[in-house]
Amino acid sequence: MSILVGAETRVVVQGITGSEGSFHTRRNVAYGTRVVAGVTPGKGGQAFDGIPVFDTVAEAVRETGANTSVVFVPPRFAAEAILEAADAGVELVVCITEGIPVRDMAEVHSYLRRGATELVGPNCPGVITPGVANVGIIPGEVCTPGRVGLVSRSGTLVYQIVHELTRRGIGQSTCVGMGGDPVHGIGFVEALARFEADPDTDLVVLTGEIGGDDEERAAAYIADHVRTPVVAYIAGFEAPPGKRMGHAGAIVTGSTGTAAGKAEALEAAGVAVARTPSEVADLVAERLDRRATDA
Amino acid sequence: MDLYEHMGKDLFRAHGIPVPQGVVARSPEEAAEATRRFGGAAVVKVQVQAGGRGKGGGVALVDSPDEAARRTARMLAEGFAGHPVDRVLVEERLPIERELYASFLLDRSSGDYVGLATAEGGVEIEALAAERPGALRRVRIDPMLGLRPYHLRELTGVFPPSAREGAAAIVRCLFSLLREADATLVEVNPLVELVDGRVVALDAKVTIDDNALVRQPDLAALRDRFPIDEVERRARQAGLQYVKLDGRVGIIGNGAGLVMATLDVVARYGARAANFLDVGGGASADTMATSLEVILSDPAVRVVLINIFGGITRCDVVARGVLEALGRIEATVPIVLRLDGTNAEEGRRIIAEAAHPRIVSAPTMDEAAAQAARLAGEAGP
Repeated sequence: MSILVGAETRVVVQGITGSEGSFHTRRNVAYGTRVVAGVTPGKGGQAFDGIPVFDTVAEAVRETGANTSVVFVPPRFAAEAILEAADAGVELVVCITEGIPVRDMAEVHSYLRRGATELVGPNCPGVITPGVANVGIIPGEVCTPGRVGLVSRSGTLVYQIVHELTRRGIGQSTCVGMGGDPVHGIGFVEALARFEADPDTDLVVLTGEIGGDDEERAAAYIADHVRTPVVAYIAGFEAPPGKRMGHAGAIVTGSTGTAAGKAEALEAAGVAVARTPSEVADLVAERLDRRATDA
Repeated sequence: MDLYEHMGKDLFRAHGIPVPQGVVARSPEEAAEATRRFGGAAVVKVQVQAGGRGKGGGVALVDSPDEAARRTARMLAEGFAGHPVDRVLVEERLPIERELYASFLLDRSSGDYVGLATAEGGVEIEALAAERPGALRRVRIDPMLGLRPYHLRELTGVFPPSAREGAAAIVRCLFSLLREADATLVEVNPLVELVDGRVVALDAKVTIDDNALVRQPDLAALRDRFPIDEVERRARQAGLQYVKLDGRVGIIGNGAGLVMATLDVVARYGARAANFLDVGGGASADTMATSLEVILSDPAVRVVLINIFGGITRCDVVARGVLEALGRIEATVPIVLRLDGTNAEEGRRIIAEAAHPRIVSAPTMDEAAAQAARLAGEAGP
């Protein structure tokens, strides 16, 4: 088992013929992901590495039964691409595109909450269930199958922390890169709910960063609803207030949104908070040992 | 991107929102001349990308052109709260009956727009929200619905009846500005009712979504008008995310999260970062070279730590970029290099074969940070 992507995942790649789309499609296919269709308006009827290309997502879904979309289209067209996938009845949209105007995302967010389509991202590395399916740009070779779930706002921190886990022989059930944009799809709370319900996830690693209140809301949710052990890491203790650190999401404003405030909220909810990525793996190993001993 | 007040007020004017008459002055003489035009009394307001100007001495009521010149000279010389100041806004003085407040912002928690209004303007709104939340009206606006008449009635209902009509016109325009200019915040504090009953925006705080600047060419052009550090300017031109900090360890990494984590781990080993620099995804050899040039141009840097976890970024490309940069410029400090992820082995091999005297390879992020702290002479006990 796993969350969000698995053996049943059938992927349509929006922007399959672009440079990013084609590069990562090949990597996802090589990993064993079932990529069943591509969409590039105006290139319907062609094929990419034997994968049929369609003009619209609706056609791709009709012809191939795709249930998951991954979006690699440029920022100007990405919001439209998400809406198109939702209207075509795709269950999950993973949007990799970085730089989508937040006004467009606010409208997409509003529209999606009326329907059944789930969104991961935008500005995210995607979702991988090690050994089964890789939807997005996470380097599959750093992952190994196992029973620890991971959800992260930062992309490269997914790689760093998964690498630390894998080095210690700790495998992952599913890794979710939720993205760093202010308005996004699935967040910590939604991912935690899924991991909590997943019988094959024994522990969850939550990787946050400064800015916003996703971590604080996760802490409140964990206190009330999560029995699975959670280990957290927050990046940005050294970030000076008021400075932008690259991510649209990584902005410290005033007293809220700081790394210290987030760590405190999570610790109050019983979450072990690591101070470095390597310490995350130490804390995970410790808790898994304790769990094994208890059992 | 946070706009200066005078830029925000230009946007306000273009959207039909009444603001006081004002002139941007870049010298004491210009401020004195503007004050003379306004009849000898004016308000001089420092222009910075920061709040808290009223409390912090960034706003001066002046009663003569001479006083305007003196106050302006001080503001230009001293800056404001650590920000350099290259201009002030000189405005006419208006007879104020009462101060109100109105704003719209995009709420990242819900993904909705939120409108805020209170009849108690001119104060710190965070304090008011904490102490007397009842005094603050708040409406949630679905981005697909937009501002509806009932939203407007709810917001302006908090104002005294005499100001409602004038305020409603402004609040409506504020919302259209928010959307049309791709702003994530528009705030008027204070929104004032004048003695003659007119309602005017006395201040303007506008934040534009950086992602939307590609479709807002007029606003994008403003970006180059803010005084920034020369090193930051070079980095921006090269498409790098660079923020100057005050330590000695120069940092280069890929991905904002990993770079922030690197800052934290360096601090853990007793040293402080000289900067934040994110080369982004898929860094080319040229990007790495420019990054190193930018970092090495900072005289405070005693050691450079390059921390790369390759996803899209390929470590062999990074390795070649570092060597290329060291061929172009002379490194006066050691460079600690940690490579992992896509093509890491190839990258490490390239570095090992080059055997550059300045490069120190480190196998993990922790060891790289420890090495860098030691080489910076800042390592703790």
